[in-house]
Amino acid sequence: MATARFWRDNPSRYNLKAVRCGNCGKVFFPPRAVCSVCHRKSIGKMECMSLKGEGELISFSVVHDAPSQFEIHKPYVVAIVRMDEGVMLTSQLIDVDPKEVRIGMRVRTTLRKVGEDGPAGVIYYGYKFAPVRA
Amino acid sequence: MDVGIVSYGAYVPRYRITPQEIGRVWGSDGEMMSKGLMIYSKSVPAPDEDVITISVEAARNMMRRVPEVDPQDIGALYVGSESHPYAVKPSGTIVAEAIGCSPNMTVADYEFACKAGTAAIQTCMGLVGAGMVRYGVAIGADTSQGAPGDPLEYSASAGGAAFLIGSKDVIAVINHTCSFTTDTPDFWRREGQDYPSHGGRFTGEPAYFKHVASAAKLVLKRAGSKPSDYAHAVFHQPNGKFPQRVAKMLGFTDKQIEVGLLTPKIGNTYSGAVPLGLSAVLDVAQPGERVFVVAYGSGAGADGFDITITDNITRLRRLAAPLVSHYIEDRQVIDYATYAKFRGKIRLKGGSA
Ligand SMILES: [Zn+2]
Repeated sequence: MATARFWRDNPSRYNLKAVRCGNCGKVFFPPRAVCSVCHRKSIGKMECMSLKGEGELISFSVVHDAPSQFEIHKPYVVAIVRMDEGVMLTSQLIDVDPKEVRIGMRVRTTLRKVGEDGPAGVIYYGYKFAPVRA
Repeated sequence: MDVGIVSYGAYVPRYRITPQEIGRVWGSDGEMMSKGLMIYSKSVPAPDEDVITISVEAARNMMRRVPEVDPQDIGALYVGSESHPYAVKPSGTIVAEAIGCSPNMTVADYEFACKAGTAAIQTCMGLVGAGMVRYGVAIGADTSQGAPGDPLEYSASAGGAAFLIGSKDVIAVINHTCSFTTDTPDFWRREGQDYPSHGGRFTGEPAYFKHVASAAKLVLKRAGSKPSDYAHAVFHQPNGKFPQRVAKMLGFTDKQIEVGLLTPKIGNTYSGAVPLGLSAVLDVAQPGERVFVVAYGSGAGADGFDITITDNITRLRRLAAPLVSHYIEDRQVIDYATYAKFRGKIRLKGGSA
């Protein structure tokens, strides 16, 4: 992972910074300059916003054969979540027994370590999903 | 001007291990350790958790309770911990970014064993009182480790809490704060060492009890108060027994320390301990109640606080974030092998984290 490239995306990774098309209302995450539906009509109308961080689990997969830096987490759950703003996000679902995961369950984002450049390198933080229990 | 707590938020990782399980692995009497320390389980952070993620979760819980506060009005943020993930690069920079209060603000990390979080509260009180910032954020959080088999392994745990310090709509006025600090080598960790060292028996009388009692007496004198004036008292809790003993020495009852005594269930969260205990009190506190707080940090020092709960606490959205009791009850017990894996006590080939 390139430190600078990751760093530029921190507002999205930390705070779920997204954009909404002022023309059709579609939300994009990560943010993009032009709406994929309205194209030219959306120019200058893309509004910055933050996703609230809650959504519904649409699909998931339990990973048993992990790449080396995720070895310690396995078996772990990767989930596709439809956020309440309508946009789909993919990340790890944590603090859950893989047997308890159900499609349709409510989840919320939380900041966790997502990787590091070895023991002397930068630590990367980003959003993961956790079940809403409270 | 009344300076005090405007909001607060807590966080405790979900995993727990019992002293019995730790004792089983090391051939020690875990049952006896549990009774001796009055610790029945301790919290364990997941492999992707550290002081930064714990601080962010606590700070976000704090902000969830005050949606009317603009994060950009936060002028200072301090994270107190003895387990900052970086030796050089402040944890606070990432926490500030994650709660949306950077860049026009000041940030620093604090370190004073288990009382770095209360030192951060005092700094924020000064900045707010002097009119230098509208709000300051003080966080105490740790993911402390004891060396495998060391008595500290039975207690060192993880958690943290964050406080929004300000002078408008305060839910708890901090009337007085007094500290007592000396050069006492009861517990330390040299740069580059994975685990701390401690002076064994030395950690009791000349360290914890002397400093906590001295700071407590300074606060009682300054406030002109007596133990029975307080609805709740929170003392630093390296185990379940020390706070009980110091409370008794000072004339506080078991009932007064009950709500803020969390170590029996989650272990010693170090810099998170008093902040979490105070959060548990704020979860249930009523207007007009007074709260007595003394944090202790090895090395050594103690910070005491005399606090009065205001009517504003009834308007705070306490339920907009999980209460401490939620984190205490939402737990999953793990075995020593899982714990060792989570805490990096097992080295993986080519792996990290
Ligand atoms: Zn559009």
